[in-house]
Amino acid sequence: MRIQVKVNGTAFESDVEPRLLLVHYLRDVLDLTGTHIGCETSLCGACTVLVNGHAVKSCTLLAVQANGAEITTIEGLASDGKLHPLQQGFWEEHGLQCGFCTPGMILAAHQLLSRNPHPTEAEIRKGLEGNLCRCTGYQHIVKAVQYAAEKAATGGQ
Amino acid sequence: MATKYLGERIKRKEDPRLIQGRGHYVDDLKLGGMAHLAFARSPHAHARIKSIDAGAAVATPGVLAVYTGEELKGQVGFVPCAAGLEGLKIPDHPCLATGTVHYLGEPVAAVVATSRYGARDAAEKIEVDYEPLPAVLDMEKALVKGSPRVHEHLTDNTAFVAKLEAGDWNAVRQDASLKVIKQRLINQRLAPASMETRGVVASYSPGEDTLTVWSSTQIPHILKTQLAIMSKLDEARCRVITPEVGGGFGSKLNVYGEEGVACFASRKLGRPVKWIEGRRENMLATIHGRDQINDLEIYAKPDGKVAGFRCRILASMGAYHQLLTPAIPTLTALMILGAYDIKNVFVETVGVFTNEMSTDAYRGAGRPEATYIIERAMDLVAFELKMDPVEVRRKNFPSSGKDISMATGVVYDTANYEKPLKKALRLAGYNRLRKEQERLRKKGKYLGIGVSTYVEICAMGPSSRMPGGGWESGTVRVEPTGKVTVLSGTSPHGQGEETTFAQIVAEQLGVSFDDVTVYHGDTSVVPMGIGTFGSRTTAVGGSAIYYASERIKKKMAKFAAARLGVKPGELLFRDGKIETSDGAKSVPFGSIVVDAYSAKTLPAGVEPGLFEQFVFEPPNYTYPFGAHIAVVEIDEETGEVRLRDYFAVDDCGRILNPLLVDGQIHGGLAQGIGQALWEEHVYDESGQLLTGTFMDYALPKAGCFPWFHTANTETRTPVNPLGVKGVGEAGTIGSTPAVVNAVVDALRPLGVRHVDMPLKPEKIWKLMKGNAGDGGR
Ligand code: FES
Ligand code: FES
Repeated sequence: MRIQVKVNGTAFESDVEPRLLLVHYLRDVLDLTGTHIGCETSLCGACTVLVNGHAVKSCTLLAVQANGAEITTIEGLASDGKLHPLQQGFWEEHGLQCGFCTPGMILAAHQLLSRNPHPTEAEIRKGLEGNLCRCTGYQHIVKAVQYAAEKAATGGQ
Repeated sequence: MATKYLGERIKRKEDPRLIQGRGHYVDDLKLGGMAHLAFARSPHAHARIKSIDAGAAVATPGVLAVYTGEELKGQVGFVPCAAGLEGLKIPDHPCLATGTVHYLGEPVAAVVATSRYGARDAAEKIEVDYEPLPAVLDMEKALVKGSPRVHEHLTDNTAFVAKLEAGDWNAVRQDASLKVIKQRLINQRLAPASMETRGVVASYSPGEDTLTVWSSTQIPHILKTQLAIMSKLDEARCRVITPEVGGGFGSKLNVYGEEGVACFASRKLGRPVKWIEGRRENMLATIHGRDQINDLEIYAKPDGKVAGFRCRILASMGAYHQLLTPAIPTLTALMILGAYDIKNVFVETVGVFTNEMSTDAYRGAGRPEATYIIERAMDLVAFELKMDPVEVRRKNFPSSGKDISMATGVVYDTANYEKPLKKALRLAGYNRLRKEQERLRKKGKYLGIGVSTYVEICAMGPSSRMPGGGWESGTVRVEPTGKVTVLSGTSPHGQGEETTFAQIVAEQLGVSFDDVTVYHGDTSVVPMGIGTFGSRTTAVGGSAIYYASERIKKKMAKFAAARLGVKPGELLFRDGKIETSDGAKSVPFGSIVVDAYSAKTLPAGVEPGLFEQFVFEPPNYTYPFGAHIAVVEIDEETGEVRLRDYFAVDDCGRILNPLLVDGQIHGGLAQGIGQALWEEHVYDESGQLLTGTFMDYALPKAGCFPWFHTANTETRTPVNPLGVKGVGEAGTIGSTPAVVNAVVDALRPLGVRHVDMPLKPEKIWKLMKGNAGDGGR
């Protein structure tokens, strides 16, 4: 089947198998391997990307279902060589260890902050419940999100 | 002042690529002509394979080959076990089952196809006719005479029996003043569950006769040697490359059958072959952790001093040994006395075969079990003697100092257990908490305070005690431009040593942190090493790098001394200069580098170039310690445990980067608390796994935890030049008993003295309703 998508600002048109998962489309067809696969059953969040601005687990969606969508992956988050405040926060606060959960975590946090720019600690923890991390114990991830919220609030980059 | 890097909060070098999705894990690798591998696995815990019909799979378009165990016979060696114990039974462990399957998920056949989906589809079409055999799952039943056997050719299900005994047990037995406390503890089976599953790409070049393997591993060098042996290839023709590794926690400190099959397939087909494990496969067929039954006997004096300690450890091996399976429970025995000076000890460890996946190293590897045993024991003494658990611990601490000899035969490098305990008690407000508890108890509320003063064994380790050697290599190369390349034989995968090692070298050589680049994990680039596990990377690997930079300094000082007309010993390396301590005479670092490479005038006996290697052999393990305090509330309606607060004071020796130390502790705590409260890997009595997905296996989420309050004390170890002990496992080791002790403490008014993990609401609820079941008493 033929699909058209815009990924990180670039338009793509591809022929895909109807059963191809969006995550495999991104990784194997478009070579955007920053989106990871941790479970393939919508339980870990490693594959989270933004589809039309919403955080979506890309292993739960078929590529054909994303036809016409605008997608942002971790590779598209920095702009003009400048890290997104969330990326800065994860770096600054040691919000990652192995880094495998990180792209999904950052994009889930992206949605969280876009809905609630000043989340409390509890709201951050709740907002990230769909994303598992086995390395960090989450505390530095919470700090990273707080850092990004602060950055955005002070308008600072 | 020279720029300081050690001890500073420095952001990681690893992160820019990882936060932008530019790191490369093994599944991100694409090679021309790459084929995909998938496995058909046993649906039975124990069964005879009557026949395998691969016809439909072979006929599927895109399928390149199907292999069974019979085809691999004589072609691919067995999965290796490196543990050496007296009388250890090591059953042959083929990469693909032959004749009989011994656990659920055991690989039976392999399919190689041109696409990932195609390989999986075809694997499902493989028809295997099984004759089910009785499955052995209960360790105690497995040891009963006449029990069905996991391996029919072995006489019984006992893999090994090891005994450790010290002291005067006659005297202990005759001492009527001692209170004897007995308790059984179950240390449940766990899934390591790194977020990245296992994965491998094997690429054989028929022309060059070389095999290159990318593997998500913690031990590239050991893996290279073992895959060369399994594949019957010259080791010099094999290369293992470790890309980014998405977590391991011990589960990738191994050599797996699937890797052997990938190498075989690539050689047969002459093209690259990729295997990426699915999550369900990961839960089934990547090693599991823990799984012990511990029967304790504590002999306590009326004042709380423990005179004797006995423990029988039943440790499930699973069906086969993986790399270190039988060695893990021997670490439990070694560390069973924890932070307590107990003179009389007896431990019997029995390794038991069961029809389950192998156990092996999972974060802490045998030491969390030991700490759980002894820290629960201290609380049992407190319970029986109606003492405060802190008091009991203090009664049993050895005096502080260096080289503390334990009855178990180990010598603790340093000990000062009061120090972190005091700090933790203050941090938690222990006395205040006890008062609050008293108040709440009067209102029928459950508040529990749990303490654990752990000690662990790290920085593995002296080669005399390690199966394949415990040394580590480090290479420092100052490039002609003055930039520095560091090569380590370790294989960090999230711990952050690209940063820590650069800190060490930058401070040693007085160069900028940004000018140091660390490489690891490629066996053709990095000299032989051992790997990353047992909290050894910084302590052992970092020490090798420290000494390699010392060698560089020595050499550069000779060049500089010749130029400055001073003695080499007078020179310091700081801020890009080599200078006398008063700064009166100095020469830029870079110009000495040029001298060394241009080699126009060489000081006597000095070779050109600046690349030095050091292999560090640690004289002892290190023994980090600390004090953890957990505060829990239990909902009296539902039995749900809420972890209200957590305080961790850890002494991991000198701290090189506080940011990374905190990160290691946090991650460890999450796993240790996870075991106490939620995680358990469960097989039913027929050997089916009930917890094969993240739906059923309760991996902790962000909302499960309170804010962790962490602090440190810094008692440097004399075992290595950096004074660091290791911190990768401390959080896991210290936290499990702290949380269980807290929950049991909360339930004390009900007369409960023990509950087995995980402390799920239904278990607690039953206890509160007066129905103790098996879990409590
Ligand atoms: S891979 Fe999509 S949620 Fe786990
Ligand atoms: S950083 Fe490793 S899983 Fe989150």
